[in-house]
Amino acid sequence: MNRLLIRGGHLVDPRNKVDEKLDILLAEGKVAEIGKSLSPGRGTKVLEAEGKMVVPGLIDMHVHLREPGREDEEKVASGCLAAAAGGFTAVAAMPNTDPVTDNQAAIGYIIREAIRAGYSRVYPIGAITKNIKGESLAEMGGMIDAGAVAFTDDGHCVASAEIMRKALTYSLIFNVPVVQHCEDSTLAENGVMNEGIVATRLGLPGIPAESEEVIVYRDCTLARLTGARFHVAHISCARSVEVVRRFKAEGVKVTAEVTPHHFCLTEEAVEGYNTNAKMAPPLRTKADVKAVRKGLAEGTIDCIASDHAPHHYDEKETAFANAPNGVIGLETSFPISYTELVKDGVLDFSTLIKRMSAAPGEILNLPGGSLGKGDSADVAVLDINTEWVIDKNKFYSKSRNTPFHGRKVTGRAVATVVGGKIVWQL
Amino acid sequence: MNAGAKNRERRILDAQMMNRSMRRIAHEILEQNQGSEALLVVGIQTRGVNLAQRLVGYIKEIEGVRVPTGKLDITLYRDDLRHTPVQPIVRSTDLPPDVTGKRIILVDDVLFTGRTIRAALDALIDFGRPDRIMLAVLVDRGHREFPIRADFAGKTLSTKKEEKVVVRIKEVDGTDGVWIEPSSQ
Amino acid sequence: MQFNRKHLLGLEELTAEEIRMILDTAVPFKEISERQIKKVPVLRGKTIINLFFEPSTRTRISFEFAEKRLSADTIHVGVSQSSVVKGETLVDMARNLEAMRIDMVVIRHPASGAPAFLAERIDSNVINAGDGWHEHPTQGLLDMLTLRDEFGKLKGLKVVIVGDVVHSRVARSNIWGLKKMGAKVGVCGPPTLVPRSLEAMGVEIYPRIEDVLAEADAINVLRIQLERMQSNMFPSLGEYNRLYGISTEKLEKAGRDVLILHPGPMNRGVEIDSDVADGDYQVILKQVTNGVAVRMAVLFLLAGGKPARAAEVAATLE
Repeated sequence: MNRLLIRGGHLVDPRNKVDEKLDILLAEGKVAEIGKSLSPGRGTKVLEAEGKMVVPGLIDMHVHLREPGREDEEKVASGCLAAAAGGFTAVAAMPNTDPVTDNQAAIGYIIREAIRAGYSRVYPIGAITKNIKGESLAEMGGMIDAGAVAFTDDGHCVASAEIMRKALTYSLIFNVPVVQHCEDSTLAENGVMNEGIVATRLGLPGIPAESEEVIVYRDCTLARLTGARFHVAHISCARSVEVVRRFKAEGVKVTAEVTPHHFCLTEEAVEGYNTNAKMAPPLRTKADVKAVRKGLAEGTIDCIASDHAPHHYDEKETAFANAPNGVIGLETSFPISYTELVKDGVLDFSTLIKRMSAAPGEILNLPGGSLGKGDSADVAVLDINTEWVIDKNKFYSKSRNTPFHGRKVTGRAVATVVGGKIVWQL
Repeated sequence: MNAGAKNRERRILDAQMMNRSMRRIAHEILEQNQGSEALLVVGIQTRGVNLAQRLVGYIKEIEGVRVPTGKLDITLYRDDLRHTPVQPIVRSTDLPPDVTGKRIILVDDVLFTGRTIRAALDALIDFGRPDRIMLAVLVDRGHREFPIRADFAGKTLSTKKEEKVVVRIKEVDGTDGVWIEPSSQ
Repeated sequence: MQFNRKHLLGLEELTAEEIRMILDTAVPFKEISERQIKKVPVLRGKTIINLFFEPSTRTRISFEFAEKRLSADTIHVGVSQSSVVKGETLVDMARNLEAMRIDMVVIRHPASGAPAFLAERIDSNVINAGDGWHEHPTQGLLDMLTLRDEFGKLKGLKVVIVGDVVHSRVARSNIWGLKKMGAKVGVCGPPTLVPRSLEAMGVEIYPRIEDVLAEADAINVLRIQLERMQSNMFPSLGEYNRLYGISTEKLEKAGRDVLILHPGPMNRGVEIDSDVADGDYQVILKQVTNGVAVRMAVLFLLAGGKPARAAEVAATLE
């Protein structure tokens, strides 16, 4: 009964190597038919997509939904609506909630809240260690049973090589990636931004790029040792990309993601003590931006993830050193990526969609990211011609902490379809 | 100052008349004070300082005594600081550590509203308790806003309030004399 | 020239002309502190709050004297670290100050950028009395005034800052100010405390104090804090003194006159030996005297330097 025809759009589906003007018919939550000039049968809803791009729903594998614990910053429902407004049909929720998502019940709670909200799909990522303390492994099996798709202590780095080795080894039971927030906290010390000239001038303690590089390197060797899947969260510097490239070439199962802010902003965004340019890892240099872009282009970096990290407005209203880390990104990720990468010639459109849909889907073994016949009817309809200005006050997210407010961009989602149902439309 | 504005100026005193007035003031000061005993001649920054030097020179010529001088900057005592559109420049103040018992001759170029003198009196009081303070000005142009008068005046002029009285002094401006400039409007 | 600034947040943002104007204005202010009645009425009716989120004796007293000698009404608020609720205090404090209709805020805060944060949110003039490692502009100015008094100029002088440069707001303000005024600036200290990125600020890095003493016209000796030793920036205070402490022996070996400044308070026997601290070539107490004059000048210039309001008034006059 539930049928939707998306008509007149240009279909881009990197996994199935489709890149032409095609209609797509969705029925009963699946892709039913793809073809030229399909005619809607009786009772079929039609979504006109003339002049628009029709792509597999975008997938963001790194999102903080803040529920439970900080519902003032974001809730599963508000985060899912923000995701849908950004063209995302699925997001992976990070476990650094309060209490920490480190058990079966907590995973189940998030999934139920997402279903109740009814916008994008949510795939929780469980904690590697109990209470994200880095000391003892959490019950991964129970979490997998409840629907967890990966493990991470994000926000914190698993500092002990021994624990990290065991987490990787144990993850082999489930064939899911272990996601590491790569930062040697003894090197990062009390740093609040990238170590370098800007930090020196502003009188802020710096975090050297090497604090990331050493952990990326260490954990790549552990992935080699264990044969497990290791994923580098929010890679930020040139040397880390080099390390990933090298271990990939060796055949080690390592994947990596980069955030839009790390491929388009530098440490200079901190000037004036801008707390919306404060995040972990910190914004780096021009050379690092160049390197992560190159990594994205060649595939060393597999995917783009927003690291959507909502903070209540007054938490960022303070001196730089005292402000919390992180920025939101669900509603700016595609426009920034399209403007900065496709329009700048770093990636072609099809590769961008691969990095934002097929690739993260594959890393997390998700059903989405593909629009072959019989695949999930998760679709994003994108306008790539209209120029617009990002306005944080129009976000669906409960938070406003974006470094991109007022930026002129091209491209945005105009409709998002999850399970054959339009969940958001501009 | 452009040439056009200069053309419109009217000269009131030339160099000779100006110095004659100053010499007369020196005589009057000595006469009223019955000599130079305890005198302290204090010039108000900036042109009052130069005029004070001249007065002291004439007193020396007449009496053969070099009376002490001081400099006073009244910027920090002005009542219009928060209304002035231009940032005033603070200049040096240089007075003996104690002015108690002195007969002070306060010297300024032009006496107009009296506000500068009010500020100068406040400033002087902060340096001690002089026996007497007298005021000597080169030009008194009227339009007083305070109950203040000059004890010695080189020239009394009736002016329109919007006119400007310009005193030029060789040491500062390269020439001596007094001019009236019509209002710029 | 007009001093058109509303705040004094750092010397990085000032022009050479503005710095010169502050120093020139400070000169006549020195005389006021020599009077029997050390007070002029220029800031009468102005309310100034000294908001100190970090303990301070020297800077606090210097600002208070400057304010009182200009007849301002002042209140000192010392906010102890323990009562600072992370994040909230500054914004709430700003709103409270606004509500009390104060004219100026002098702020010292352990977080770099806190004065700028406050300046963006309140109407009053904000003066930075030291923020984190960032800047301490009035200290930079008083150091420059002292150097100018001694040498008659700043242009071409070679001034080297010795010690814990990376954690020092005094160092940064000195570097910016002196560079703008045409002096040559160097830094010297253990490499753990003198990062190479400082070179990008246009200073020369000297690894050895002996080279400094052979070349510099003046050295500004920074205070070494005990906690730096505890965080392994150098092995011990004794070793610091051996390598970088200013001693008569090292000065004699250099065999030339070097003027010695120290922002205080001094750790005698660590960064500076007592005989040097009390010796002929130090101007440490002159710095203290100049500190009051410089702060008076800054207060005066900021109070008169409200361009928007001045323009408004100018329109109503005449």
